[in-house]
Amino acid sequence: MAATSDIVTIRNVTKSYRRGNQLVPVLEDISFDIHSGEFLALMGPSGSGKSTLLNLIAGIDKVDSGSIIIGGCEITTLNETELAGWRAVNVGFVFQFYNLIPVLTAYENVELPLLLTRLSRRERREHVEAALEIVSLTDRMDHRPSQLSGGQQQRVAVARAIVTDPAILVADEPTGDLDRVSAGEILSLMDHLVQDFHKTIIMVTHDPRAAEKAHSIRHLEKGLLTDG
Amino acid sequence: MKIPLSYSMRNLLTRRMTTLLTASGMALVVMVFAATLMLTDGLQKTLVATGSPDNVIVIRKGAQTEVQSGVERQQANLVESLPGIAIGSDGSRLLAKELVVLINLPKRGSNKPSNVVIRGTSPASLALRPQVRLVEGRMPRSGSSEIMTGSGIARRFQGTGIGEHLRFGMRDWTVVGIFDGGTTGFNSEVWGDVDQLMQAFRRPVYSSMLFRLADSSRFDRFKELVESDPRLTLEAKREPRYYLDQSEAMAKFLNILGMTLTIIFSLGAIIGAMITMYASVANRVGEIGTLRALGFRRSSILAAFLAEALILGLIGGLAGVFCASFLQLITISTMNWQTFSELSFSFSLTPVTALVSIVFSLFMGLAGGLIPALRAGRISIVDALRES
Repeated sequence: MAATSDIVTIRNVTKSYRRGNQLVPVLEDISFDIHSGEFLALMGPSGSGKSTLLNLIAGIDKVDSGSIIIGGCEITTLNETELAGWRAVNVGFVFQFYNLIPVLTAYENVELPLLLTRLSRRERREHVEAALEIVSLTDRMDHRPSQLSGGQQQRVAVARAIVTDPAILVADEPTGDLDRVSAGEILSLMDHLVQDFHKTIIMVTHDPRAAEKAHSIRHLEKGLLTDG
Repeated sequence: MKIPLSYSMRNLLTRRMTTLLTASGMALVVMVFAATLMLTDGLQKTLVATGSPDNVIVIRKGAQTEVQSGVERQQANLVESLPGIAIGSDGSRLLAKELVVLINLPKRGSNKPSNVVIRGTSPASLALRPQVRLVEGRMPRSGSSEIMTGSGIARRFQGTGIGEHLRFGMRDWTVVGIFDGGTTGFNSEVWGDVDQLMQAFRRPVYSSMLFRLADSSRFDRFKELVESDPRLTLEAKREPRYYLDQSEAMAKFLNILGMTLTIIFSLGAIIGAMITMYASVANRVGEIGTLRALGFRRSSILAAFLAEALILGLIGGLAGVFCASFLQLITISTMNWQTFSELSFSFSLTPVTALVSIVFSLFMGLAGGLIPALRAGRISIVDALRES
């Protein structure tokens, strides 16, 4: 059973981008909490700021003002190097276009985040095999991404995201490039990670079917949360 | 933690054709660079090998070469009487008074004339140069108009083969022997009896004196003895030093020419490497964003791309040195402008030259890869992921 304490606390977050001389606001005074073990879908039309919010939670972009506290750590105060170290331990990424390194095998792609840890080669192998086992791809570990189907590539990406056992997974349109069957498999896999491994998943999606799998949905429109 | 080297290597392998073309450009530059060093090394090796470290050569003070030098008979007798000169197996001093003159001989085939050194030798001349040995025919008889020619000369000049005749010094000379001087400059000389040659050329003075010291470590004292005697306007040098001095001007010329060409070519190769690496960065912006998102630092990305550029340089360097090694098969025959004589030498590839050439190639890779790698390290994660 998933715990119900807050793992993500977002307070008064604003973010804008500079386009030429103009400052374009993307997020305005966003505040909400995400519980540990929650599967949250962020929805909204293009340009609503959902991907920007995901990037801020994942620590790959910086807020203009406000604070984001994740697992007790206020990531908005961390510098770039500290953030890189924090991401390596605490966040797993799943992207729309899988973002696997084409010259590396499935095994090596999954191993990448472990290269940032102090684990030995043998320990890394154990972790990678366990992660590939969860996504049912141990038989394809020596394949390059180009030798795998879209669904298989996204499963490798999920294995890469969970291999360091992070508390949070961020997924940006994880089913956006997949057919219906593969998309269903990925969503079931994510549900499995929440149910059985108590991961917290924050997923940006346009797909209402994907959002249905989530425990909760937040809607964004023009940089504002529309559902409290 | 670093991004594994295999990532950089596989990226180069994936873009085989681009990698091959860029590395080939670098290899060509490395080949020119290595060839320059090999030419200078070959020249110095030939000239330095010509001298033996136990031998001392005495020439007129201020003269750079034997051709410019003159040692009067009286001075020669004074030097000969100095203590410390080694005694040969026949009981006589290991000392040769020699004459060096230049004559013009036509080459075989092309008929083009070129300068050749005629060396008037004494009986001890051969004993003082163990690297020179008779390979065909016999030694010229002293007091006769007989000569022997170096194997380098016998091959390339008309009238220098066994039994052939040469006309110089208003006399006909018969070639009775051919000697081999190995890689030394003597290979490009004609040797005859010194007294006969002095008469023929109407030279009252010797060009140089060559002798061996009984105790080589006493050279400095001997040198002081020769150079401080007011009757002797001569200077003494160890033989290898003398030949090294001779090679300096030509080595400098070859170096300046070679390095100028290398610098111009290397600019092209560096730009080539830069274009390749820029294209590599542009094609992999998404990958860079992913690696950064996973937690790899800017410095790791910079290092991965620099490693790629260095591997490119290493491939170019190894290929360049490999190709340059075949130049050792070529023998170059040219004019030594210091002695105005024909000199033949080969490209010589030393371990130092190979190492310096590879380091030079790595430098080209680094210079070409640095700016693209810095750009790769600077890309913002969000922008990079958006581009993927």
